[in-house]
Amino acid sequence: MHELSLSSAVVNTVVKHAKGRRVEVVNLRIGRLRQVVPETLDFYFNFVARDTVCDGAELKYEIIDARLRCKPCDEEWSIEIPAFRCPTCGGSDVEVASGNEFEVDSLEIGEDRPEGDLPLRDRPEGDLAGPQDSEQEEAECIAPR
Amino acid sequence: MHRTKVKVVEEALDANNTIAQANRADFDRAGVKVVNFMSAPGAGKTTLLERAVVDLPGVRVGVLEGDVQGSMDADRLASLHIPVTQLNTDPSFGGECHLDANMVRSAIPALPLDDIDLLIIENVGNLVCPAEFKVGEDTRIMVTSVTEGEEKPLKYPLMFRACELVLINKIDLLPHIDFDVERLLYNIDQVHPDVETILVSARTGEGIESWREWLLRLAAREGAVAAG
Repeated sequence: MHELSLSSAVVNTVVKHAKGRRVEVVNLRIGRLRQVVPETLDFYFNFVARDTVCDGAELKYEIIDARLRCKPCDEEWSIEIPAFRCPTCGGSDVEVASGNEFEVDSLEIGEDRPEGDLPLRDRPEGDLAGPQDSEQEEAECIAPR
Repeated sequence: MHRTKVKVVEEALDANNTIAQANRADFDRAGVKVVNFMSAPGAGKTTLLERAVVDLPGVRVGVLEGDVQGSMDADRLASLHIPVTQLNTDPSFGGECHLDANMVRSAIPALPLDDIDLLIIENVGNLVCPAEFKVGEDTRIMVTSVTEGEEKPLKYPLMFRACELVLINKIDLLPHIDFDVERLLYNIDQVHPDVETILVSARTGEGIESWREWLLRLAAREGAVAAG
């Protein structure tokens, strides 16, 4: 059920970085520990994305395995069930090495003009405040449709 | 038609986390410790607060009461003469099933931060979404109750992992129901090893004193900055 809230977070992040351009694909990296059900996220995303630059966009998922690391004995292992004690020493000083991700990795933006001539429009209203410096644009062409 | 790839690599909840940090900075400046208080609906959050937060020696408590609708819980707490601020997610936030940092931000001007030392933010009853959204708290406490089943930690690990203290409420019902406390404690320990737990009954008051002592220790913790 948290997929509704999470889909809003995805849309807000995408709108911030799309700068008014039409988004066709949103590539997500999601750790198993987030308990996200992709079909459910798709379902809510379709509603929440309406009338935004990602209306009709496809969500693509990279699912990241849950891996834990025991700090004292340096053991690292994968988990399928939520058991967070170290299987070797039984200790509790365990950190999550991966599996907590909930990231927008990249956007694929539809362009009918040659690359390098991106029609940068103003960012839409309603944009949330937040860090805006992590974005790097790549003029990388993905396979034509 | 070509597609251009725009690299983003941003945690989708960054916008929320940024606002949560701003809230936290405001609370720190006022020298107020903040608890995000979470549980499933009906676990007994409000009744536990009624029992625990009145007359804490040397610690003035305020409550920010999050509900989808209505002010029943806030009215109950206000009758105890502690400052209570109501935050409904229904009228302006689309009936959200949790509080997020922006909602709490909107309530900050209404909070008597100069007159309190400890703010308890009673989240909307829900075992899933509140765990995802920081609101600017110093710590998180969750309540589970013995009528909810021993396997809840395994089903909702996000929530059980997100908190520093688990209150196990309604233990006065144990003689009447088939509930294995040891099994619940084992499951909690699997999901969140060494997390603190306190067995309580809001009805009889059992265990409440231990929780009050926990809150006093929290209020006495070193803050980030307590300017002024």
